[in-house]
Amino acid sequence: MKHTIKELEDIASQVRRDIVRMVHACQSGHPGASLGCADFFTALYFEVLNHKTDFTMAGAGEDLFFLSNGHISPVWYSTLAHAGYFDKSELATFRKLNSRLQGHPTTHEGLPGIRIASGSLGQGLSVAIGAALAKRLNGDKSYVFALMGDGELQEGQNWEAAMFAPFHKVDHLIASVDYNGQQIDGPTDKVLALDSLQAKFEAFGWHVINTDGNDMKSIVEGLHYAKTLTGKGKPILNLMSTQMGAGVDFMVGSHKWHGTAPSDAQLAVALAQLPETLGDY
Amino acid sequence: MKKYTYTEKKDTRSGFGAGLLEAGKKNENVVALCADLVGSLKMDAFIAEFPDRFTQVGIAEANMIGIAAGMTINGKIPFTGTFANFSTGRVYDQIRQSVAYSNKNVKICASHAGLTLGEDGATHQILEDIGLMKMLPGMVVINPCDYNQTKAATVAIAEYEGPVYLRFGRPVIPVFTDPDQKFEIGKAWMVNEGTDVTIIATGHMVWRAIEAGEKLAEMGIDAEIINIHTIKPLDEEAVLKSVKKTGCVVTCEEHNKFGGLGESVARLLTTELPTPQEFVATNDTFGESGTPDQLMTKYGLDPSNIIEAVQKVMGRKK
Repeated sequence: MKHTIKELEDIASQVRRDIVRMVHACQSGHPGASLGCADFFTALYFEVLNHKTDFTMAGAGEDLFFLSNGHISPVWYSTLAHAGYFDKSELATFRKLNSRLQGHPTTHEGLPGIRIASGSLGQGLSVAIGAALAKRLNGDKSYVFALMGDGELQEGQNWEAAMFAPFHKVDHLIASVDYNGQQIDGPTDKVLALDSLQAKFEAFGWHVINTDGNDMKSIVEGLHYAKTLTGKGKPILNLMSTQMGAGVDFMVGSHKWHGTAPSDAQLAVALAQLPETLGDY
Repeated sequence: MKKYTYTEKKDTRSGFGAGLLEAGKKNENVVALCADLVGSLKMDAFIAEFPDRFTQVGIAEANMIGIAAGMTINGKIPFTGTFANFSTGRVYDQIRQSVAYSNKNVKICASHAGLTLGEDGATHQILEDIGLMKMLPGMVVINPCDYNQTKAATVAIAEYEGPVYLRFGRPVIPVFTDPDQKFEIGKAWMVNEGTDVTIIATGHMVWRAIEAGEKLAEMGIDAEIINIHTIKPLDEEAVLKSVKKTGCVVTCEEHNKFGGLGESVARLLTTELPTPQEFVATNDTFGESGTPDQLMTKYGLDPSNIIEAVQKVMGRKK
């Protein structure tokens, strides 16, 4: 471990502060699933990934990460800034004119850490598979990570990708699902039920593991365990239970905070629940 | 009229297959992907030579585009292959976000474009693909005119950094361009110098323009014929230089007149040099089943249609 669980939880607290402040500042963005994934991003960038903050697009010899559900950009931007990809002062530009921190992540403005645009859903897993195939051709044994939303799995392209990866033995790929059970129009069970994602992915030939995405120890151990499963002919799926809005009590568990910004009063309530650990931007 | 002859007929898709093999030999980063149409895309030779650099994706075009985009990140130069319809309309958003907006070095290679796919009918005959692709910021759009030019274009796009749409077709047509040509993206090819009218043609329509030009010469009309193989970026200088001389233009394409080469030329001329123009193109329609020749006749893409358009546009000259 590079960090203790407590240290990682402290980083995640700061990331959560950043998320609500960023979304509040521009009065737009997606706080719910960003908060829900703060622990995952912290674990990934501060504990799991072998990566360099001196960013190169190719990332030869480094682990790569692809975000498919691009609307949770606030959590990624904050994590990248605290990890050292760019100065945290730039977080203040989120969703504002002439910013590198676009509403959804993109390579277009050259933000370090981003390797593909995402936002239109369902495309990230295919891209991650492509990156893993290219690494294999290059004899590069490092890992490729991806994150998808659960509602996003209603997009058919995911299942094209899910069928492809086991058949082609893309086995240095660790994909996670943000399994929060919520989407814009309501609970996934009411919009279009996903039923057993574990059974579905296993039927396609994936090795599926389960983690608690809002328990730092569970997620760190789960991702390390996932690495030990690679190289055996199967891609790995981390089915990661999270709570939308985790860390801010009035946002927890409701799709209403998918894409809604907090008011001044709500921001104050939220920040009171989230200790400032690394200094606000 | 400069004399063009040919000794054989070949399909442009075979030019792609030959070019892909050559590009693969020149650069080990060239890789190929296909969505269950290896034989139709003539990828067999590349696969036989470089089995590890080919990925069969199955009937999953969206996944193919995403995988290709991902492969560029580690320096690969992916060539995706399927029919033009499934290369564009079916996967427009994947191309838009993962390739064009992300500026990935993917070569989207599309066979069976236009009406000349023939008997399969309108579900497979896309006449809108040039428009779809040229609308994407940063996308290069190329529609070569014969086997040799398609081969040369395939080699050239491997050496170009950025997203490219390469359009070619199924039928065998005359091979009349130089087998050793150097293909320059965005550079028009002067097929015949003339003074009375400019005929601008792309893809399968170039040979038809030559046939029309020969008949026009017999009628005493001296046609300048330009091959625009690169629809985007358009060789504006070549178009303007010619039209300044001739004062009228006919554009020819196996594509809907909405969104095609003709509209790109019209946009240029409207702002730079307003000029009478006629369009030889399909007219806001889907295709249908039939032989390629029957379809080209029914939808107004024969040399006779070019001649009629020339006569009409010359009558509109001031």
